[in-house]
Amino acid sequence: MYNAPYLRQNNSVSRVMLKVMLALLPGLAAYVWQFGIGILIQLLIASVVALVCEAAMLRVRNKPISRYLLDGSALVTAWLIALSFPSIGPWWMVALGTAIAIIVAKHLYGGLGQNVFNPAMVAYAVMIVSFPALMSQWPAPHLSGAEQWQLILGNERVLDAISSATPLDALRTGLHSGHGTVSTVTHGHAAFGWLGGQGWEWIILGYAIGGLWLMQQRVITWHIPCALLAGAAAVAGLLWGIDSAHYAAPWFHLASGGIMLGAFFIATDPVSGATTPRGKLIFGAAIGALIVVIRTWGAYPDGVAFAVLLLNICVPLIDMYTQPPVFGHKKD
Amino acid sequence: MGHTDRAPLLRKLFNFHGGVKPNANKQQSAAQPICTLPLSREYVVPLHQSIGGTPQPLVVAGDRVLRGQRIGAADGNVSSAVHAPTSGCVVAIEERLMPHASGLSAPCVVIEADGLDEAAPRENFDWRSASPDAVRDYLRDAGVVGLGGAVFPSHLKLKANNSIGLETLIINGAECEPFITCDDRLMQEKAREVIEGVALMAHLMQAKQTLIGIEDNKPDAIAAMQAAAQTAGQSNISVVAIPTRYPAGGAKQLIRVLTGIEVPHGKRSTDYGVQCFNVGTAFAIRDALENGLSLTTRVVTVTGNVERPGNYWVRIGTPMHELVEHAGIKPGTERWLMGGPMMGIPMPSLDVPVVKATNCILAGSAELFAAPEPEMPCIRCGECAQACPADLQPFEMYWHSRARNFGKAQEYHLFDCIECGCCSYVCPSHIPLVDYYRFAKSEIWAREKDKTAADQARDRYEFRNYRIEREKEEKAARLAAKTAAGRAAIQASQQTVTGDAAPSETADDPKKAMIAAAMQRAQAQKAAAQPQNTEHLTPAQQAEVNDAEARRARARELADQDAQSIGKTSPSADTPNKMAD
Amino acid sequence: MISALLVMAIGAIVLGAALGWASVKFKVEGDPLVDKIDTILPQTQCGQCGFPGCKPYATAIAKGEADINQCPPGGDEGVRKLADLLGREYKPLNAEHGIEKPKSVAFIDEQTCIGCTLCIQACPVDAIVGAAKQMHTIVADLCTGCELCVPPCPADCITMEPIAETVETWKWRYPVFELKPVVTTSVVTTDHPTRAA
Repeated sequence: MYNAPYLRQNNSVSRVMLKVMLALLPGLAAYVWQFGIGILIQLLIASVVALVCEAAMLRVRNKPISRYLLDGSALVTAWLIALSFPSIGPWWMVALGTAIAIIVAKHLYGGLGQNVFNPAMVAYAVMIVSFPALMSQWPAPHLSGAEQWQLILGNERVLDAISSATPLDALRTGLHSGHGTVSTVTHGHAAFGWLGGQGWEWIILGYAIGGLWLMQQRVITWHIPCALLAGAAAVAGLLWGIDSAHYAAPWFHLASGGIMLGAFFIATDPVSGATTPRGKLIFGAAIGALIVVIRTWGAYPDGVAFAVLLLNICVPLIDMYTQPPVFGHKKD
Repeated sequence: MGHTDRAPLLRKLFNFHGGVKPNANKQQSAAQPICTLPLSREYVVPLHQSIGGTPQPLVVAGDRVLRGQRIGAADGNVSSAVHAPTSGCVVAIEERLMPHASGLSAPCVVIEADGLDEAAPRENFDWRSASPDAVRDYLRDAGVVGLGGAVFPSHLKLKANNSIGLETLIINGAECEPFITCDDRLMQEKAREVIEGVALMAHLMQAKQTLIGIEDNKPDAIAAMQAAAQTAGQSNISVVAIPTRYPAGGAKQLIRVLTGIEVPHGKRSTDYGVQCFNVGTAFAIRDALENGLSLTTRVVTVTGNVERPGNYWVRIGTPMHELVEHAGIKPGTERWLMGGPMMGIPMPSLDVPVVKATNCILAGSAELFAAPEPEMPCIRCGECAQACPADLQPFEMYWHSRARNFGKAQEYHLFDCIECGCCSYVCPSHIPLVDYYRFAKSEIWAREKDKTAADQARDRYEFRNYRIEREKEEKAARLAAKTAAGRAAIQASQQTVTGDAAPSETADDPKKAMIAAAMQRAQAQKAAAQPQNTEHLTPAQQAEVNDAEARRARARELADQDAQSIGKTSPSADTPNKMAD
Repeated sequence: MISALLVMAIGAIVLGAALGWASVKFKVEGDPLVDKIDTILPQTQCGQCGFPGCKPYATAIAKGEADINQCPPGGDEGVRKLADLLGREYKPLNAEHGIEKPKSVAFIDEQTCIGCTLCIQACPVDAIVGAAKQMHTIVADLCTGCELCVPPCPADCITMEPIAETVETWKWRYPVFELKPVVTTSVVTTDHPTRAA
């Protein structure tokens, strides 16, 4: 026996997760187009590991396996991990990261809907702290499939010839060496493209397209992505306005690294994110600002993971102080 | 075209947050004219059919009643009378199964119809000359309640706030819930009567303007009402088409849409210069005041998985199975709902009567209402918050209700929830959110009741302890006063006996004197109690007597010990008073 | 070394003095803990806990002289609330003090009542009215269901009647759903075979 309402919209967690994965496809396509099939191998590894870990944990926790496996949340986590890890990392790196995300960050916190931290970002943070070198080797554009295969699954890693620093990394190293300016570092460097990183502009465009589609589908609201990008742009713009020689332009920040993936797909994770409209704006803007701060002064080239994790901690507080006024209690 | 046509075009409408657009499913019954159900053999009229007190029965088993005769008198002002739906004989006043989700019974008047349908004589009442209070009392005794489903006694609502008056009277013809068409048909078929009722209410409440809100998926009803308003020459009654979006027919939402005013939970809408009635209520008020007819009949939609979906004039108290049999029961019906698919309640059985709150009977089948998919954990996606017409955060309320953390649930304004079901409708995790709110609300109510009872018990207990203590003190005080009086008496008597010889001695130690007196008396008693025929005893008899004496002495010893252990409060303390008497 | 010890000692003395001063200065009048416990207790005043009333039991709990699981009318939920309030471990109700029963009220069989007033004296909340040699009756709304009136009655005319659920007092149940949806049979036919036609 169940009670009203007896009508239900045709919607489900699986459908939401499926839409998120569909929305990742444009960015993924651009990734493959720019950097080859390595990412697909990583995606496959991450997906398999995620499903295996999820099934094992569900079994341990005595939950209905098929229903929860089919909800797609483990796959979304796996895809986000694959997309945020370097696509030429050794296979065990993405596998280990995925296992940490599913087992520790998701199930040890209580499973779907209970995780305080974004599982993909926990995985990223753990791995970059543990394997900083490996986590910083990104493919040079147009690396052949065979080479990538060898890098991911082979035993030896011959890196220097084919890996490349990300533009963010290159910029940091250049500026930190003391006598470079933004223009001297970027000028003529292979990693830099017309807007952000070489090749990355397209991927970021793909993510943005997918993200906008998610908004149109009402899977996510505009608040977090817009606030995040605006927050990042504001801080970057301020720094750039003060000293354009030593701080990168806001558009460079928006077009490089994981910021677009973070804005549309990671910070918008509803479980670990803020939920009230005003809370989402604060949450997004703070992440955006933190990303630029960490990129500029932090020890790691990109700051999406740490910014997201830091703000995940603040979510209960943010939500508590931003409860929207209820019907009849609004101030006109 | 008159003003009524232009008004909706010019009127600025407001938006309410959230809402959903389920498939309206009104076409099945919307085209069917309201037909009258034939008389039943038996009617079961529940005494409690409105918000407020349970009416007291005015009849006993065996009485003959007439149609419209009052059989239950309103219990206080927050209550509403009930009436016999037809003429016949009261066969019982007993507990019968209620059309309520609990599946419990409540007292009902069971009437066996005699088929004559003889009407009770009309009461002589002219509302035009009566005072507003008299009109309200009349409506209370005519059993008019809100027919939109809330069954709030209408007479309580027909009163504007004295200081600000009534800016807008709102008539609710939105009928936003899927499947239900009773108001739609009523407006189409009885537009003139409804408008007359509306005009009457506007007059009673001195409304400055009157807006009739109808969802724009009911063009025929809108047209009929506009025409009727125009014919009646009611220039300040406007029929307004509002966008179709569930729950636009919720009173608060409709007030918001038409006036932009948000009436907070727990506040009277008249304090904001508005009041809202259902179109069916307008019709019933007119029936009561113009025709002297008590509320004994209403329009009910029977739809869903039935052979002939339609609308019926049904007498209150008609067994529900008769009504649905008339519409034709179809196989595959899993449940019968009273109300619509969003807020309707499942009937424990069809052996329940149609009541004033019954706007629709909906036969649910697996095709119409698919069984809910298994519940998944909440992912805090916020769909519910976006759909909530009360601007709540349903997932937070769910979280705390589920954990039985009721205080927290109330912090998230649980009681502002109107249980419209929008959140459950959109939830991708298929969580029965509203069920959690209903559970939490009834738990909170029960706890509040328990707490009031506990507080009362504590007060009574403490008062009782205080009272016992006080009685003890009073007794002690009385005792002390008597003791003092006794001493004074002894003193006086001694003084008279001894003269002035030794006043100081007795004054110093009146207690000694009292003890001496007591001892004297005891001696005298002892002497009196001494057996007199003990002179010539045989040794054997003497031995027995000695033995008895010894036993007596032992007993006296034991009694003394008891008296000592009891202490000062022992009855011996009373002796001096007795002596003084 | 000496100076370090001195510093620590002085620090300890100063802080101790400050704490002592604060405990005197900010002393809370009365014992709010007793009141808080008392609020949780059901106020039946039944004495099943071994104390003459709810307040004495609350006081004993606050002093640590009584356990939190001695109140059958408060039930499992009462124990949980006490455990929450006092930060103690939950423990099931101690059966020595009785078991949790459905809430009841006392009912006097008016035919057998001899008007002895013993129950009136026993009732802790003055919920029984009557006079010597007159029939007594219980004000059901005031009765806490403590059962204290039952044993003194020489005529055995007092019974405990469980309070029946009515449409008004009925509560929505905690939502429980089967994990796998099963096809439900027709409500009408299963519930009412007589009307299955």
